[in-house]
Amino acid sequence: MTGLLYLIPIALFLGALGLAAFLWALRSGQFDDPDGAAARILLDDDLDEEKEETD
Amino acid sequence: MSAELTIDEAPTAGGCPSGLAPAVKGAAGDTAIIDPSPFVRRRDGAATLELAVFGAKCAGCISKIESAMKAFDGMERARLNLSTGRLSLTWRDGAEWAPLRVTQTLHELGYRAAPFDPAAMESDHDAEGRRLLRALGVAGFAAANVMLLSVSVWSGGAEMGEGTRGLMHWASALIAVPAALYAGRPFFSSALNALKNRGANMDVPISLAVILALSVSVYEFFAGGEHAYFDAAVMLLFFLLIGRYLDHRLRWRARAAARDLLAMQKTTAQRMGEDGVIAAISARDVKIGDRLLLSPGDRASVDGVIVEGASYADRSMVTGESAPEKLRVDDKIHAGVLNVSDRLIMRATATVDNSLVADLARLIEAGEQSRSRYVRLADRAARLYVPVVHSLALATFLGWMLAGGGPRLAIMNAVAVLIITCPCALGLAAPAVQVVATGRLFKRGVLVKSGDALERLAEANAIVFDKTGTLTLGRPLLANRNAIDAADLRDAAALARISHHPLSRAIVEAAGPGAISEDGVEFPGLGVEAMVDGEQLRLGSAEWIGAPVATDASLEAWFRRSDEAPVRFQFEDAPHKDAGKVIDELAARGLPSELLSGDREPAVAAVAQTLGLADYRARVSPHDKAARLAALSAAGVKAAMVGDGLNDAPSLAHAHVSLSPGTAADASQAAADFVYLGNGLAPIVEAVDVSRKARRRVIENFAFAALYNACAIPLAVFGFVTPLIAALAMSGSSMVVTLNALRLTGGRSNGETRLS
Repeated sequence: MTGLLYLIPIALFLGALGLAAFLWALRSGQFDDPDGAAARILLDDDLDEEKEETD
Repeated sequence: MSAELTIDEAPTAGGCPSGLAPAVKGAAGDTAIIDPSPFVRRRDGAATLELAVFGAKCAGCISKIESAMKAFDGMERARLNLSTGRLSLTWRDGAEWAPLRVTQTLHELGYRAAPFDPAAMESDHDAEGRRLLRALGVAGFAAANVMLLSVSVWSGGAEMGEGTRGLMHWASALIAVPAALYAGRPFFSSALNALKNRGANMDVPISLAVILALSVSVYEFFAGGEHAYFDAAVMLLFFLLIGRYLDHRLRWRARAAARDLLAMQKTTAQRMGEDGVIAAISARDVKIGDRLLLSPGDRASVDGVIVEGASYADRSMVTGESAPEKLRVDDKIHAGVLNVSDRLIMRATATVDNSLVADLARLIEAGEQSRSRYVRLADRAARLYVPVVHSLALATFLGWMLAGGGPRLAIMNAVAVLIITCPCALGLAAPAVQVVATGRLFKRGVLVKSGDALERLAEANAIVFDKTGTLTLGRPLLANRNAIDAADLRDAAALARISHHPLSRAIVEAAGPGAISEDGVEFPGLGVEAMVDGEQLRLGSAEWIGAPVATDASLEAWFRRSDEAPVRFQFEDAPHKDAGKVIDELAARGLPSELLSGDREPAVAAVAQTLGLADYRARVSPHDKAARLAALSAAGVKAAMVGDGLNDAPSLAHAHVSLSPGTAADASQAAADFVYLGNGLAPIVEAVDVSRKARRRVIENFAFAALYNACAIPLAVFGFVTPLIAALAMSGSSMVVTLNALRLTGGRSNGETRLS
């Protein structure tokens, strides 16, 4: 049962990591515009910029 | 469709799959492009502007709008938030283009845009929502991890050594206690508030259950006991926070949507400087004595006196009067009055804060206070629930003490009663249903301002309508078309196309497309004259034409061809096409209608007769309207009020529940619980149906929660409830409640199939 001594902290650490990621995402505005994020993936404007740079 | 109407029409939303866009399009009435310059905020060499953009729904809109904005010289940041429809712009101050170009460009792209007041945006941050989400995240993390440990304790059973179990409990306590104290704060503070006011809401038993579960578990842990309720405490909070967050987001989104509609209404004024230069300023900045320009289609933003020009005014928003009124020099003009036909210059005699609106605002406030006494269904349930549950817990404790179980066992069982009866399902029951119901109404173009508005609408047993702009279209239509010769109508329409007068527009609309008489001359306040084929044609008021003057001449115009007999054009403010049907539908649902109007007696009587309404009152002042609603509620009638004008706003606030169309004055939209978009009244029936269904679901959920308690309480009282059973029962009941709420999404409503 000594394995528990490692496993419980590891499980907690992973959970805490998830929580920290959530709080970070919340703070950095990832949930501000879910519809926009879904739509922006379809935009090609970043490609155009690259093309202009390489041209 | 006439030539004039085509010009007036707003551009369609730029090629987007339609969402709410077409409905919102008609919402703000006039299509004037708003000059956002008073709303630009300048700081540290940078200028920022926030705009509400209507009709942006897809990826194409984002790129179209953002690239057009970035093309402006010096534009540093242009970002469109698709979820909220807000466009925020930042550019280097001192750019050479005027901010008006921004709204013009958006207009050319096919989007209507309205600027936000920076002062109002300050208070716009959703701090409460963030707090709830953070608490939800913490509770979710704790629930998952504590459950992991608890499940191993439960499944380990007798095989697990005391030391291992101690370790598990120790770890659970370490996570659960701080997490529950953090995530429980919204409940603890609300429960404290309720107790301070000597009331009890849902949060009292919730807080008590969480705190007792935690303290008993900590005690058990130190005493080396077998049962700990750490998982129950955090899971309870997790579920309840979901409900709380849903409830909050609901109100938040409705408020934001209502604010967007309000921004669309004119909050700027055109001030003429002493040098004759015209500048757009915020209505707030208008000072007494300012000379303001009112173009046709503008609404007066403050009270004032006309100093130059003559025009017709549409006062329907302010008084409910449907006939256009002549405005001349020295006439008074109230805030909210729409200038229809010609350019006017007015002198402000009041600021925004002490215009007519401010007087009505006091009445509105009084109404809202009375409404805030409404007790939500869930809190009403809690009032019954709390004393019963708490006396049961006490009885359990005393019973076990008397039976000789000892204080520890007695306390454990009493706490088990409190935990198992904790209104988890109740906390989730109402918000889950209301979120689904408002989402469904939103898709049909009805904005719901709060969850309890749905409850109040479901209770309504009478409905009071305003006339002008609510039951009727709010603009005149030609009434005696069949009595008019086709050639007369054609020639009258050719004259009418010169003029902006509402009656002229009605003639043009009736005549359809046709020629415009090019050498026609308009005499403001009198009529239009033209020479066609050597004949003098005149269209205008009775005196000017030389026709018999009727006693009630406000809704007629005369047409005369040289010396022939004059032809009478009669108009009426026609009801919406579906008005009669909607009134019948509402009556079938147990909501008899009543008409309260500020308009003249004959006009009100005519509409009441067309629609088959026996109960009507004309010439009612805003105060009397509010008094009538108060009298109804004193008589025990729960009346729903539907109105759009500034004069309706106080009665909207005094009614049990209120609705207002998207074309309504801003004060009315602010006072109403529901704002419906689109042409016609059908959304009212839909709103009634959905709110009644929602109420049924909420009550079903409560009934289910009661049933579940009836089964669980005996188990708890007699000490059979282990933490495992508590956890199963809690998550099970929450899931059933949520699924029941989701049933509302399915199925077509009666209103939808029958009315559209």
